[in-house]
Amino acid sequence: MKLSIYRLVTVVLIAVLAGCSSKGGTKDGAAIEDRGTSAGDGAVTSGLGSGASFESYLMDNPDSPLQSRVIYFEYDSAEITGADIDLLNAHAGYLGANPGQRITLEGHTDERGSREYNIALGERRAVSVQRILELNGVSSSQVTIVSYGEEKPAADGNSEPAWRLSRRVEIIYQ
Amino acid sequence: MKNLLKTSLFLLLLFGSTAQAALTIEITQGVEGALPIAVVPFGWSGDTGTAPVNVAAIISADLSRSGRFEPLADSDLVAHPTDAKQVLFHNWRMVNVDNLVIGKISQTTPGQYTVQFQLIDILRGKQIAAYSFPAAHKDMRRVAHHIADLVYEELTGERGAFNTRVAYITTSGPVSNRRYTLVVADSDGYHPQTILTSKQPLMSPSWSPDAKQIAYVSFEKKTAEIYVQDVLTGSRRKLASFKGINGAPRWSPDGRRLVLTLSRDGNPEIYTMDLKSKALNRLTTNSAIDTEPCWSPDGTSIVFTSSRGGSPQLYRMSSAGGKATRLTFDGKYNADADFSPDGRKLAMVHRESGGYRIAVLDLESGALRVLTDGQQDESPSFSPNGSIIIYATGEGSREVLAAVSVDGRFRQRLSLQAGNVREPSWSPFDKQ
Repeated sequence: MKLSIYRLVTVVLIAVLAGCSSKGGTKDGAAIEDRGTSAGDGAVTSGLGSGASFESYLMDNPDSPLQSRVIYFEYDSAEITGADIDLLNAHAGYLGANPGQRITLEGHTDERGSREYNIALGERRAVSVQRILELNGVSSSQVTIVSYGEEKPAADGNSEPAWRLSRRVEIIYQ
Repeated sequence: MKNLLKTSLFLLLLFGSTAQAALTIEITQGVEGALPIAVVPFGWSGDTGTAPVNVAAIISADLSRSGRFEPLADSDLVAHPTDAKQVLFHNWRMVNVDNLVIGKISQTTPGQYTVQFQLIDILRGKQIAAYSFPAAHKDMRRVAHHIADLVYEELTGERGAFNTRVAYITTSGPVSNRRYTLVVADSDGYHPQTILTSKQPLMSPSWSPDAKQIAYVSFEKKTAEIYVQDVLTGSRRKLASFKGINGAPRWSPDGRRLVLTLSRDGNPEIYTMDLKSKALNRLTTNSAIDTEPCWSPDGTSIVFTSSRGGSPQLYRMSSAGGKATRLTFDGKYNADADFSPDGRKLAMVHRESGGYRIAVLDLESGALRVLTDGQQDESPSFSPNGSIIIYATGEGSREVLAAVSVDGRFRQRLSLQAGNVREPSWSPFDKQ
């Protein structure tokens, strides 16, 4: 539920960007009011022409959906679940509107199993993320993929709580 | 085996013959227990109080580590001969020792030595091998390993693999400042030499058939690339940095090609690359993950890991590509194959309910035998004589190396390094 509001917010913000002149980041409509307090606290008054205010809202605001940049996976799977699809749509929206913005998708696995197989599995996961982004308007020229397999685990430990954190794709904005 | 030994000793004592035994103990493939042997501390004559290197201890550790021998503890030695003339066979038969390794180290000039050894057959009551080697201080360990090889070969009929090397990867440091190294050490873990250091991951070291080069994967450019490095000089060249995965390099038996994994065509597939021309030949065309290729010693086929059946299993295809036959049917995860030097067996990572273990598949019979019992055992690599498998395992929160004899009876842990050690690769025999 929360994430589809992210999507709505992003869509509205893009519409706002499209509709605005050089004035600072204005808010519009009831949808934003739900999130109005933080947006209001973070309001920037510099001109939109530089693009700085819109970017800095989405990039720097801790409540922005774009702050969520890790997708998690089940064991031996490269499947992306529903809630994460919404999150990726938010990223895709931003990237589609900013064709000069490039990202790297880093694929990772947990530490179990053989290393080179895990390199391939990590890449599978990154490719799954890339596919969803491209279906939503991101150009393949904006995306670079790297797989680290199990070589860079997110947490130490030989049990599921640690492994769960390592089975991931990280979206790295360049 | 022990009963046979006792019977033969009884018969020998009964008939009092020392020069020609009525019974000859033959060492066959299917020997049950480890052969009892005594390696006596070598004699020493030189400037210092003790020899620069304890050659006997190295020989004893080597023989023990093979799983084929059971050296007598130093405290159980009944005598300390350093020459065949000093050996009292009767005393050694009383402690059930079949063979004796004795020797002497003498200093010729400062820093230069002569190492002599004799292999004595206690049952037959005679010397069966004797050698003398000149050695500088830095060569002493290598001489000891060479003696262990000679003893091993004389008594088992198999070539020894003690005078060989192992390459492996180490990791150390906090996550924010990781350090990865590629190390080459003697096969007993001594003399580790770092041949590459990086702040980004290193993977998949693989020796060339002439033991002079190592191929590996490096992430130093924040993406996977394959390099080949000369072990002696340290000079290296980049062989693969295509878009996507560049991984799992392994050499062809003739040293002319690498087989590797690339995903440049959109999916991890197996390719061969000619090392001179860098020409690529794609071998797999399946939409599943195909990786971890390994060339058969006779050069005709390649075994690899594929998820085309739904989960990682081992498959075999011609080294020219084409139809792949599935090899593993036990369990849902079989990966990372290594061929035995005789081409008859595959070591692999095999998942059971308790964890990831090292298993060996007999290619003729199809029988799978699990050799280890860790939770995350991985990266198996055969010794060049096919009798031991070195692999990576966990000890608490540390990563260490271990070795297991191919019959699974004997296991040893090797953890001389600080930090974590992983991905061992045993060198081929030195061609010199």
